[in-house]
Amino acid sequence: MLRVRDLKCRYGTVPAINGISLEINAGELVALVGANGAGKSTLLQAVCGFVPDWEGDIAFEKESLYSLRPAQIVRKGISLVPEGRLLFPPLSVKENLELGAYVRYRRREHKEVAEDLETVLDLFPILKQRAKQPAGTLSGGEQQMLAIGRALMARPRLLLLDEPCMGLAPLLVLVILETLAQLRARGITILLVEQNARAALGAADRGYVIENGTIAIEGPARDLLLNKSVTQAYLGKECRV
Amino acid sequence: MQEFLQYIFSGITNGAVYAVIALGFSMLYGSTGLINFAQGEFVMIGALSLISLWKGVNLPLPLAFAGAVAITAIAGAMLERFAIRSVKKPHPIVLVIITVGASILLRGVGMLVWGKDSHGSPSFSDHAPYDILGATLLPQSLWILVLTLGVVLGLHIFHKRFLTGRAMLACAISTKAAGIVGIPTEKMVLLAFSMSAAMGGIGGVLIAPLSMSSFDMGMNLGLKGFCAAMIGGLGSSWGAVVGGLLLGVLEALGVGFLSSGLKDAAAFVLLLLILYFRPSGLLGTASVQRF
Repeated sequence: MLRVRDLKCRYGTVPAINGISLEINAGELVALVGANGAGKSTLLQAVCGFVPDWEGDIAFEKESLYSLRPAQIVRKGISLVPEGRLLFPPLSVKENLELGAYVRYRRREHKEVAEDLETVLDLFPILKQRAKQPAGTLSGGEQQMLAIGRALMARPRLLLLDEPCMGLAPLLVLVILETLAQLRARGITILLVEQNARAALGAADRGYVIENGTIAIEGPARDLLLNKSVTQAYLGKECRV
Repeated sequence: MQEFLQYIFSGITNGAVYAVIALGFSMLYGSTGLINFAQGEFVMIGALSLISLWKGVNLPLPLAFAGAVAITAIAGAMLERFAIRSVKKPHPIVLVIITVGASILLRGVGMLVWGKDSHGSPSFSDHAPYDILGATLLPQSLWILVLTLGVVLGLHIFHKRFLTGRAMLACAISTKAAGIVGIPTEKMVLLAFSMSAAMGGIGGVLIAPLSMSSFDMGMNLGLKGFCAAMIGGLGSSWGAVVGGLLLGVLEALGVGFLSSGLKDAAAFVLLLLILYFRPSGLLGTASVQRF
């Protein structure tokens, strides 16, 4: 579904990604883990059209995403849940969700959007209670749910999540991961970028470990959790699966 | 009392025009974080286009009005498309300087098109002035008030009820977040420029019957609109209205009770006081320091 071939990005003269190749098949939940500054977020930014110049190839369903703008990429069916959520804090929860469906309102899918709004509010009941509250007044976990809900409102085929568990209490991390599993079961393909490698690999089918802008190790998530170098570098020594 | 009321009427009339101009400043700042110092030139283009279309080409007033506003909106869109967007690394200060340059250019174009002479325009309607408690209220003043109110309400409804309006609001809150949900942010900036220019154009159309219009009228009106926007709080629509009316009334009272030479000074003294005591403006909440 998403194929990245030999991707290279740089910020000015500083290289951020040094030839990454990865592939995500339809229906998979893939985790991309790695340390801070390894290039994980840059990869997502490049896929979503926020990095203007990259080399290599990014193709979504065999169509190159080169030189497409963020809005065009959303229209193609890729939605991002960004790091730090980037909600619209003064607007209400409902307005945030509705803006998530911007591209579909433009396609005049008003009825379907209204149905999806109900579905998303059922998926996150706490958001239903807070529908009229400004997004900025929600707690961190609720904001993360809203960010995921907002991305779902575009009815994406590929959902990209950038550190959705960052700063959340362990119980909330489980809720988020459980939600992702539910979404995958509904047929949404997911690429999950996380520093919390154990949580991400525990939920994923396959995983990639990214180091210094390149893929260091890849394989089934379960194998990565047992891989010695991965456990030592990212999971701590006492990892048990 | 009668004299006082007369000053108030005249102040509210001018103030309403300042309010529309301020609304243009405020809207653009709210959407893009930019101050457009060519805003006054859009007022000039609006006023002179109205006179040309209405009295020169003999179009009916509503058509001439719409035409003049459309011309300014197109001028605003061109400023964004050909000057602002082409900047590779858009630091706000660079963009602001570009708008200063654009204002000089537009003034020159205005002089080439309409010449150096001043042009007058009749009132929108030829009703006799109303007599209220001995003071005279011109029908044009009512036109200005009603149309200003219409513009403010229209903008409010646009932001609240229309998808494009909400998308523009979303861009104002965060361009990146707007891009993430699929809002074409570049188109929104283009629209913001052309709408804010149109507001300047409406200001010009409204003021044309009140005073003589010429290619160099924009500078002063632009600064007054800027003052009004700052006084009310940049980025706030109602702030622009309050700032405009307050400025207009204080200016009129200053002229009436102090000296007509102090007309322009009133605006800037008020601006300095507001900046000193309440830098975010009367109704502004956000900090004005965005650079």
